[in-house]
Amino acid sequence: MPIETVSKNMKDRIRIASGQGFWGDLLTAPIDQVTKGPIDYMMMDYLAEVTMSIMQKQKRKDPKLGYAKDLIQLLEQILPICVDRNIKIITNGGGVNPMACSEAILEASKSLGIRGLKVGVVLGDDILDRVDELAGRGIELKNMETGERLDSIRSRLQSANVYFGAFPIVEALRGGAHIVVTGRTTDTGLTLAPMIYEFNWSATDWDKLAAGTVAGHILECGGQASGGNFSGDWRSIPDLAHIGFPIAEAYPNGEIVITKHENTGGAVTLQTVKEQLLYEIGNPKEYITPDCVADFTTIRLEQTGKDRVRMYGVKGKPATEYYKVSMSYLDGYTSFGTLTYSWPDALEKAQKADEILRTRIRDLGLEFDEMRTEFLGYNSCHGPLSPKVENLNEVVLRVGVRSHDYAAVERFGKELAPLILTGPPSVTGFAGGRPKPSEVISYWPALIPKSAVTTQVLIQEV
Amino acid sequence: MKIQLREICHARSGDKGDTANIGLIAFKEEYYPLIEKHVTAERVQGHFAGIAFGGVERYELPNLWALNFLLHRALGGGGTKSLKNDAQGKTLAAALLRMEIEINEEKVR
Repeated sequence: MPIETVSKNMKDRIRIASGQGFWGDLLTAPIDQVTKGPIDYMMMDYLAEVTMSIMQKQKRKDPKLGYAKDLIQLLEQILPICVDRNIKIITNGGGVNPMACSEAILEASKSLGIRGLKVGVVLGDDILDRVDELAGRGIELKNMETGERLDSIRSRLQSANVYFGAFPIVEALRGGAHIVVTGRTTDTGLTLAPMIYEFNWSATDWDKLAAGTVAGHILECGGQASGGNFSGDWRSIPDLAHIGFPIAEAYPNGEIVITKHENTGGAVTLQTVKEQLLYEIGNPKEYITPDCVADFTTIRLEQTGKDRVRMYGVKGKPATEYYKVSMSYLDGYTSFGTLTYSWPDALEKAQKADEILRTRIRDLGLEFDEMRTEFLGYNSCHGPLSPKVENLNEVVLRVGVRSHDYAAVERFGKELAPLILTGPPSVTGFAGGRPKPSEVISYWPALIPKSAVTTQVLIQEV
Repeated sequence: MKIQLREICHARSGDKGDTANIGLIAFKEEYYPLIEKHVTAERVQGHFAGIAFGGVERYELPNLWALNFLLHRALGGGGTKSLKNDAQGKTLAAALLRMEIEINEEKVR
């Protein structure tokens, strides 16, 4: 199966599909996206801060690991279709080892009998090994929120990655890549890149870059834009079991239509799109990415048909001189224990059990940075806003502790089970065994001058 | 007349570190002035007393009939540090929709 690499004349529109919104998302979604209707590109977001540190750990154990392995299994299923339909894939699933990921993809396509496949690899975002060199050059990577110096956590640093934008991906597409694999790239860059490439948008056409960035924000959480987690009239969303993930239909002038494949579940409405637009944003006038600064207060939306929302009017401002760096470091341990209490007096029993537990912890002299008790079924979501409830049928006592003292956290885990035979009655739910301490990974956001970082784009071919 | 925000709004919340954000969106254009007037940063801070300990900021998006609230120090440290069941503040949007506002305006809907 040789693949066409020559780019055609400019298309009058392209369709970019969202395939995965996070590592662990619905596995059938990308298959539906490439089979249930026409698309030109599929973007797949796999990364979160905690993911990066997990991947660094895997890479330290085996230099061939450190990327989203599910991606390879998925590509084994969909690559022949993508080749057949000329669908290009853009993903940050390369994690902390994009080269190894690319090699695994090439290997997979070889065994599928696909020839002429080009994989573009974006490198240079991983600066974990450069932190001291950068400090020597006066680039301190202070915490951008607290102003703290990196020295305080340097020895516990687990990962350090620069957020790249769309342009390294554009370079890979210009090099003929059918699949682009990156490390830490912004979720929005994955969607914006094909628009820049196909429509030849300039790197200073801030309004168009902002439009593509906003489209990326809508796509980056998968089904959350097409009816998933919708807080309005959620009962009205049809067939969530077969939810169609969103698709951005982009036009050269920067207008975008958010839609989904016909014959899929879910819905694309003004309300579902608005909820996603508001998701995890700060100041809406300054949505900062490496590519531009988008102004969300300029977005205009219009429902133009069933499951079609047109977006236009988006304004952007010049990009800043800095990249954001996301670093993670070890910050102690946590442990959680749960016990379930039944009617009658379920809440009172759970409260008594908590009191007994805390007395025993005090007697043992254990100290924690924090110890938190919640009652699931009563107040774990809305805390003090939860109205009093008379005689719950059942409630789950959930106690968590956090400390840098591993032994104390481990000892806490041994104090839960005894409550079953030595505390209030009608208690169950301890089949999972003793809770074990887990590592706390904390984040250290910083800024780095763009000039201090070099992106590298490689094209590999099978 | 007292109404609960869930009668006129939908909402979504999420996390950025130890800050939660809540996007509050009016169901109809004519409801936006109501929430803009009544759902102030101060009101929201009072509503989330005992949950958000670092203050509340509000941003307006009239184009989307929406307000965006940032609740600082609301997630028990955020990330994997938090001991909360809802460490990412996913249910805080619903918690905001519990809020009641007193309106003099003509009956909504």
